[in-house]
Amino acid sequence: MIEGAYDLAEDKGEALAVEGVSVWLSGREILHDVSFSLHRGEFTGLIGSNGAGKTTLLRTILGMQVPTTGTVRIGGSPRGAHGAAVGYVPQKILLDPDIPLRSRDLVGLGFDGHRLGIPLRSKHRRILVEEMLEAVDASRFADSRVGTLSGGEQQRVLIAHALIRHPRLLLLDEPLANLDIRSEYEVVELLSRLAEEQGIGVLISAHDMNPLLSAMDRIVYIANGRAASGTTDEVVRTEVLSKLYGSHVDVIRIHDRILVAAGHEHDGLPAHTEPSVWAIGGRS
Amino acid sequence: MFSGFMANTWIVATVVAAVAGVVGFFVVIRGSSFAAHALPLGAFPGAAAASLLGVNAIFGLVVFSAVGAIGIGQLSKRGKRDVATALILVVLLGLGALFLSMTSEYAPEIYSLLFGEVLGIAKDEVGPIIGLGVVAVLAIGLLYRPLMLSSISPELGEVQGISTSKMELCFLLVVALVTAMALPVVGALLVFSLMVGPPAAARAFTNRPQVAIVLSAAVALVTVWASIAISYESNWPVGFFVGGFGAGSYFIGRGWTWLSRAYATRADTAVELEHAA
Ligand SMILES: Nc1ncnc2c1ncn2[C@@H]1O[C@H](COP(=O)(O)OP(=O)(O)O)[C@@H](O)[C@H]1O
Ligand SMILES: [Mg+2]
Repeated sequence: MIEGAYDLAEDKGEALAVEGVSVWLSGREILHDVSFSLHRGEFTGLIGSNGAGKTTLLRTILGMQVPTTGTVRIGGSPRGAHGAAVGYVPQKILLDPDIPLRSRDLVGLGFDGHRLGIPLRSKHRRILVEEMLEAVDASRFADSRVGTLSGGEQQRVLIAHALIRHPRLLLLDEPLANLDIRSEYEVVELLSRLAEEQGIGVLISAHDMNPLLSAMDRIVYIANGRAASGTTDEVVRTEVLSKLYGSHVDVIRIHDRILVAAGHEHDGLPAHTEPSVWAIGGRS
Repeated sequence: MFSGFMANTWIVATVVAAVAGVVGFFVVIRGSSFAAHALPLGAFPGAAAASLLGVNAIFGLVVFSAVGAIGIGQLSKRGKRDVATALILVVLLGLGALFLSMTSEYAPEIYSLLFGEVLGIAKDEVGPIIGLGVVAVLAIGLLYRPLMLSSISPELGEVQGISTSKMELCFLLVVALVTAMALPVVGALLVFSLMVGPPAAARAFTNRPQVAIVLSAAVALVTVWASIAISYESNWPVGFFVGGFGAGSYFIGRGWTWLSRAYATRADTAVELEHAA
C-alpha cells in the first residue's frame, strides 16, 4: 500500500470542480462557460478533436492559465496553494536518449525537483521512488536510461513522476498519442487501477474516445469551445453533440466502438470531421 | 615542467578543466552549445576594453560575458534561441572590433585571448580565476534539481513552478562566469571545446547524472593535463591538443553509444528468438 494514499474509509470527496470557465486567448474565445466536476476515484475522459481546447482546459485547471471568467476548485477549495495537489503529465514530452538519466532519477525529481541543491541520499526518498515505480509497473526498467525506453514505458515513468507527491487529482494530456494499441490498453488499465486504488481523480485528454470506453466513469466532451459532461451514454448522443457542434452530428455505434460524424455545413461554419474517429477500420 | 613558474599553470588549468567539465554537462544536455560558443567569442573584446580602462582583464571578461548572457536570455524569451544567440554575438563582436582598434594591444596578445596562454598565466589572475570557478560550481550545486528538471523537459519544470526563462538566464550567467575564468587560460575558441567534448563523452558511459558530471570533469582534467604536458614537451600549442582531445573524447562517446545500442538491440533480438524457440 502506498504511503499517504487515499483511505477508503474517507468519503468519495470532490476532486475537481470547474464552474463557468471561459478562456480568451489573443482575442478569441477558446473555452466558453465550461462546467463539470470530478470525484476521487473517478476516471474521466476529456474528449475533443485537435484544437478543441483540451490542453487549454488542463492548463487552466493547473493554474498555468488564468480563466477570463469562472472558477476552479480542487479538493473542495479554490485553486491556489495546491502545488502538490495536482499531478500533471504534459502533452508530447520528448525525453532525449542522450541524457544520462534513469527512470528512478526522473521519478525522484517529481518529488523534489522544485527544491534547490543536490538531492541528499535519504532512505525515505529512495523508498518512495521504489514504491512509485512499483505502482506503475516500472520497477523492471528503474535503472534504464529513460530516453531510450519505449513510448508506453516512458508514460509509466512520467505517471510515477506526477504521482509521487500524492496528488488528489491527476491530469494527463493525450498520454495515448503515439502509443501502439497494446501500450494504449496497458496505460488505460494502469490509470483506471490507480484511480480506484489510490482514490485519485483522473482526467485524461484524448482525441479518440474509443481506447477509453471500457475504463471511463465519465466523459467531458468539448467541441466549439463548449463542453458537455456525464456518463458516455448521456453525452455521446446525437442530440447532445449536435448542440455542442452547432450542426447535425451522427453518433454511430459499431460493436463496442463509437463513431462521431459531424460533417454538415451549418450557418456558414466549416465542416467538422473527426479523422481519428473515422478510422475505425485500421484499429482494433 | 613542474618548476616554480609552472605551478600557477597547473593550478589554474586544473580549476578551469574541472569547472568546465561540470558546467559543460548542462551545456550538453540543454543543447546550449551555440551559446557556450558565442559567449566566449563575444566576451573576449571585454579584455581589450579592460586594458583600455586599465583594469584587470578578467573584470572586462565578466562584464562582457554577463551582458551577453542576459542579452541571449532576454531575446530568446520572444524568438528562437539560436537567432538570439547569433544576434548578441554579432553585436559583441562589433563592439570588440571597435575596442581592439582603440587599444594598443599587440597582435600576439589578441592571439593569446583567442587561443589561450596557459603556459603564461599572470600571477594576479590566479586568485580571480579560482574565485570565479568556485562560484560557478556552487551555483550549479544550488540550482542542480530545478536546472536538471528544466533541462530534461521545460514543461515538466513549469508544472513544478520552475520558470523556463529564469532557469535559462541563471544557467547562461553561470556559463558567462566559466567563460570569464577560462578564457585567459584556454582562450575563447577552446573554452567551448572543453565545455562540450568531455561531457558529451561522459554521458555515453553512465546512466547516472551525478556520475556523468564527475566523469565529465575527470575527462576534462585529463584532456587539459595531457595537453599541457605534451605541449610542454613538443612545443606545439596547448590549444591544438585541447581542441584535438576535446573532439576525440566526443567521438569516443558517440562510438560507445553506437556500439552499446547495437549490442543491446542484438541482445533483445536474441532473447526474443529464445522465447520464440
Ligand atoms: N497562447 C495562445 N494564444 C492564442 N491561441 C491559442 C493559444 N494557445 C492555444 N490557442 C488556440 O486555442 C485552441 C485550443 O488549443 P488547445 O487547447 O491546444 O487544443 P487541443 O489541446 O484540444 O488540441 C487552438 O485553436 C489554438 O490555436
Ligand atoms: Mg492539446
